[in-house]
Amino acid sequence: MTARGVRQLMFGFYALIFFAYLFGPLAVMGITAFNTSEYPSVYPFEGFTLDWFKKLFADRDLVHGLQNSLWIGLLVVLTSVPVGMAGAIVMTQVYSRARSFYYLVVVSPVLTPGVIIGISTVIFWRQTTQGTGLRFIYDGTVLTVLAQSSFISAYTMLIFLARLARFDHTLEEAALDLGASRAQVFRDILIPFLMPAIGSAAVIAFLSSFENYNTTTFAILADKTLTTVLAGRLRQGTTPALSALAVSIVAVTVVGAIVYEVLKRREQAGLRARQLAAQKAETNELSRPLASVGA
Amino acid sequence: MHASFGQWIIFILPLVVVAGFVVMALIDRRRLGDQAPIGFFARNGWPVGLFLVGAVGIWAIFMIVLPLLSMIDLSFRPKLPPLQWGGPKDYYTLENYHYFLFGSNTSSANWNITHLKAFGLTIWVSIVITILDFVICYPLAYYMAQVAKPARLRLVLLLLIAPYWVNEILRAFAFRLLFAEQGVINDMLISIGVISSPVDFIAGDVALYAGLSYAYLLMMMFALHNAIESLDRNLVEAARDLGAPWWHIHAFIVLPHAKPGIASGATLVFMLTAGALAAPLVLGGPRSLWFTPIVYDRFFQAFNGQQGAAYALILLVACVIFVLGVLKLFRLRLGEIAR
Repeated sequence: MTARGVRQLMFGFYALIFFAYLFGPLAVMGITAFNTSEYPSVYPFEGFTLDWFKKLFADRDLVHGLQNSLWIGLLVVLTSVPVGMAGAIVMTQVYSRARSFYYLVVVSPVLTPGVIIGISTVIFWRQTTQGTGLRFIYDGTVLTVLAQSSFISAYTMLIFLARLARFDHTLEEAALDLGASRAQVFRDILIPFLMPAIGSAAVIAFLSSFENYNTTTFAILADKTLTTVLAGRLRQGTTPALSALAVSIVAVTVVGAIVYEVLKRREQAGLRARQLAAQKAETNELSRPLASVGA
Repeated sequence: MHASFGQWIIFILPLVVVAGFVVMALIDRRRLGDQAPIGFFARNGWPVGLFLVGAVGIWAIFMIVLPLLSMIDLSFRPKLPPLQWGGPKDYYTLENYHYFLFGSNTSSANWNITHLKAFGLTIWVSIVITILDFVICYPLAYYMAQVAKPARLRLVLLLLIAPYWVNEILRAFAFRLLFAEQGVINDMLISIGVISSPVDFIAGDVALYAGLSYAYLLMMMFALHNAIESLDRNLVEAARDLGAPWWHIHAFIVLPHAKPGIASGATLVFMLTAGALAAPLVLGGPRSLWFTPIVYDRFFQAFNGQQGAAYALILLVACVIFVLGVLKLFRLRLGEIAR
């Protein structure tokens, strides 16, 4: 056997172990959700059941937490998509030293542990709303939205920056030359161009918010979201109902992630198709005079 | 210094910095005279300009900078009942940091062993896990970026994206099912006769470390993949044609090119691992040492927010030092890793 063959064999072995490591734990969790056994176990598989899923819907706390999570996710999308977009547009308009300072400030939440973002948001709003008329801000849902948006906006900003890097500024100039106002350029040129990024930023924002625990557990105060209810239950002990819940959440997030991937693919495919069409048009344009000469 | 004074500084500081920037910009424009480039509001128009400035201002000042500053402020305050906040006893003090190092004044030990040990262990284990994750991810990342055909690459990426989005609590839960006393691993080892009674993986922290290395693995994977993808395949071909052994190609061509990706993967994995809360809560045994649960307990069991803020700040400083260290080690700038 050649050295190359040995290396390929070794790589195959490594890839096998890697994916077993990646999916093994999740598969075990999935199987326990359908096993009738009282204690979450894979073997012996006593029988197939969906009872653990039915139990979930009867659980008041969980349903309440889920409602909160969905509501917070929606609000986070509505906050972090426009903020991230503004952040990215401003980034393209500041230069030199101001730019690196600005970059440092707005990217720092990505590099800050989530626990700290949660803690600092709670402390700040507790101190500032004390004894003022703004006490309504000091509320679990509002604080969670503020805390999560602070770093999720940075994620969305990075998505918008990637898209803006491909923006053709001559379009803007052409529109202005043709008499469009600044607001019109923004509404009719920039926003449509950013539309695919708005879609994927919204999906990313919702998923990040929905699955977040570290920040939420502090910012939610006395209220509950799905992840904090889940963490509380896990600390008390494991039951197959929790596996069932896990399977449901994984299903939702994976569907979301796949939708996001499809959106992204479609955007890239669209881009490629447009490039091809442009090329074709160009060659047609070039070949026409030649053809007429030939005829 | 009295604490109410500090609060004013915190509020005024960001305004001063922003005002400073505006003044600098204005001076620059004045100096350039007619050659000055088109101004921000002229460029965007007033409605859009106001939206941009408003959104970014609220985000940067009220959601990022002020919360952080007020956490720093709180960490230097003494523990007081809420009614006395801002009262005559609210002076800045170092007692929360003193407690982290030396424990309470009444204890007999010289150092606050429990907390210091947990902190040191958290940082050390996070570094080890970061390196381990890099080693695990590198071969597959290289394969995806340089070797795989497009169809195969799509399949592998899809396989990676699905578990990437699984919640970290659920990852921890999955490991709990594997490593519990009646868990899959114990059952398996007993049935093949390696051990006769179940091993307590939870108390031995085996479950915690395994769960933590698993939790943020894919952050490293995607960072590495992005970086190696941009390497020109011809370079690798050329090196191979010139007779370089495979490890030369990796050490002198692929790795130097992937530096920004390694740095951003390492920073993310380290930061997420050191700041992980779900995995230690779910997988930690009664005697496990991890720093974030201690911070959590300062707030929710000791009801000592001042001390909690100090501890959170210590963790943040450790993370910042790690990021700066990685940047220094790889000779990179921040802009190159945060992508």
